[in-house]
Amino acid sequence: MAGPSISFTSRRGDCVAVTASSWRQPSILPGFGLSLAITISALSLIVLIPLAALFLKAASAGPADIWAIITSARTQAALRLSFGAALFSAILNAIFGLIIAWVLVRYRFPGRRLLDAAVDLPFALPTAVAGIALASIYAPNGWIGALLAPYNIKVAYTPLGVMVALVFIGLPFVVRTVQPVLEEADADIEEAAALLGASRLRTIFRVILPGIVPALLTGFVLAFARAVGEYGSVIFIAGNVPMFSEIAPLLIVIRLEQFDYAGASVVATIMLIVSFALILAINGIQSWSRGRLGHV
Amino acid sequence: MSDSPLPAAIYRTDRALRDGFWIRALLLTLALGFLLLFLFLPLIAVFVEAFAKGYGLFLESITEPDALSAVRLTLLVAAIAVPFNLVVGVAAAWAIAKFEFRGKSLLISFIDLPFSVSPVISGLVYVLLFGAQGFLGPWLKAHDIEIIFALPGLVLATIFVTFPFVARELIPHMQALGSSDEEAALTLGASPWRTFLTITLPNVKWSLFYGVLLCNARAMGEFGAVTVVSGRIRGLTTTMPLHVEILYNEYNSVAAFAVASLLAGLALVTLALKTYLEWHFADAISAKSRH
Repeated sequence: MAGPSISFTSRRGDCVAVTASSWRQPSILPGFGLSLAITISALSLIVLIPLAALFLKAASAGPADIWAIITSARTQAALRLSFGAALFSAILNAIFGLIIAWVLVRYRFPGRRLLDAAVDLPFALPTAVAGIALASIYAPNGWIGALLAPYNIKVAYTPLGVMVALVFIGLPFVVRTVQPVLEEADADIEEAAALLGASRLRTIFRVILPGIVPALLTGFVLAFARAVGEYGSVIFIAGNVPMFSEIAPLLIVIRLEQFDYAGASVVATIMLIVSFALILAINGIQSWSRGRLGHV
Repeated sequence: MSDSPLPAAIYRTDRALRDGFWIRALLLTLALGFLLLFLFLPLIAVFVEAFAKGYGLFLESITEPDALSAVRLTLLVAAIAVPFNLVVGVAAAWAIAKFEFRGKSLLISFIDLPFSVSPVISGLVYVLLFGAQGFLGPWLKAHDIEIIFALPGLVLATIFVTFPFVARELIPHMQALGSSDEEAALTLGASPWRTFLTITLPNVKWSLFYGVLLCNARAMGEFGAVTVVSGRIRGLTTTMPLHVEILYNEYNSVAAFAVASLLAGLALVTLALKTYLEWHFADAISAKSRH
């Protein structure tokens, strides 16, 4: 189907005919071709072609080798730790993120805005810096590690340490997705619920929470996705004992340092496929909540 | 008065609208405790450990030649990666926000892709392309071009992980502003470039600055992606985060935390600027909820 054709006289006086192709709507603004060309070339060269190289490398290993890599005990242990610790930390972040967002939006106390700004620290602080700081705090002779040592609780150099690091880096996601929804939530509905005789608990569970659930889920998935691939903040506190506290991204680095490109690519590809599934899940949550509530 | 139903109703409504004192105290304690434990303690630890052996050793640690070359390399990588992503981000935002075309949401998803890729994988893909045993490795070697374990690899990996930042901040802002300003300028005879430089850019300058700020913070602090492509040749291919790692693994804690404190300082300046922008230009920066 051919779009409408418009012709007009440009500044230089020559007649220009603009035929809108079927895949884009006509516009008098210039620069569509140039800006799209820059975007697509950069995207292809920097992101898409290199990612395609990864899939190609993984596929070139052959089915038998791929299966052997996937089912090897070390790969399985690393993937289980990465996904398990990410899940646990995302759940913890969902709970505390909701509480922090609630406190920041609903309560007024001195230092609130400072606290609000500080929530973004994990986004701004380089992961290696967070990693060595957490390792030093939770080491057996560290500030918190020394407190836990008498109870025989070891955090640093165990899977628990991995979770601590993942809680740190995932913290802002839930707060920052739930906070705007809470801010926009209409007090009218709560008042109506209260006037109609609902108790506070009932108002929270039947009126407030249902509106937050999509945002909470989105934040949870974002925190989970980030935690699965996290490297810098984890490796210092994890201790990196194979089969015990070795995360999947570290296994990729180790395989690369052994020049086992196929091994690295296969593990990376599994992680990528899961990440892509998670993006689809987020998009699903958002369109579902748009359909249900009329906003994100 | 007390037997009239009204005050009781008001009292009940008020109770149903606000958390009780104990609930408030509990939630506030939980929130503050959690933030103290997971946010503030690590930040404080960085500075305490950096100055653990005094100011002299701190100064020595950040002025020794390897540390200085790490600082220089970090600045150089950011100086290439950030402007690149600035240009591409502005171009992407222009195409996506000002025009309607098919495949637009797919393009946006592709631009966001690096956010959901593990940093380690962001480095790995370039090793598979340009490494000694990579697809282009033999050709690069024959032509004496070094990408992996050299500056180009560090720059590429950094561009990959910071790719979405500028576009992500600009797109929602430019979409919200619409195109009528530009259409008016063009109709009045302004050239496309003049329209862009005098209408579009000033309109979006704060969200552009915001995006560049976040992009720069990530570029200077990136660790996972550059770990893979750096080869950690001391003084040559070690950026500041990599230098921190080397020092820490050598049990040189004070030096590691000294360099780390510089990066933490950068993070604090970034946060302060970011917060300032959010407080003063909240309308211009609508993207607060996203990273």
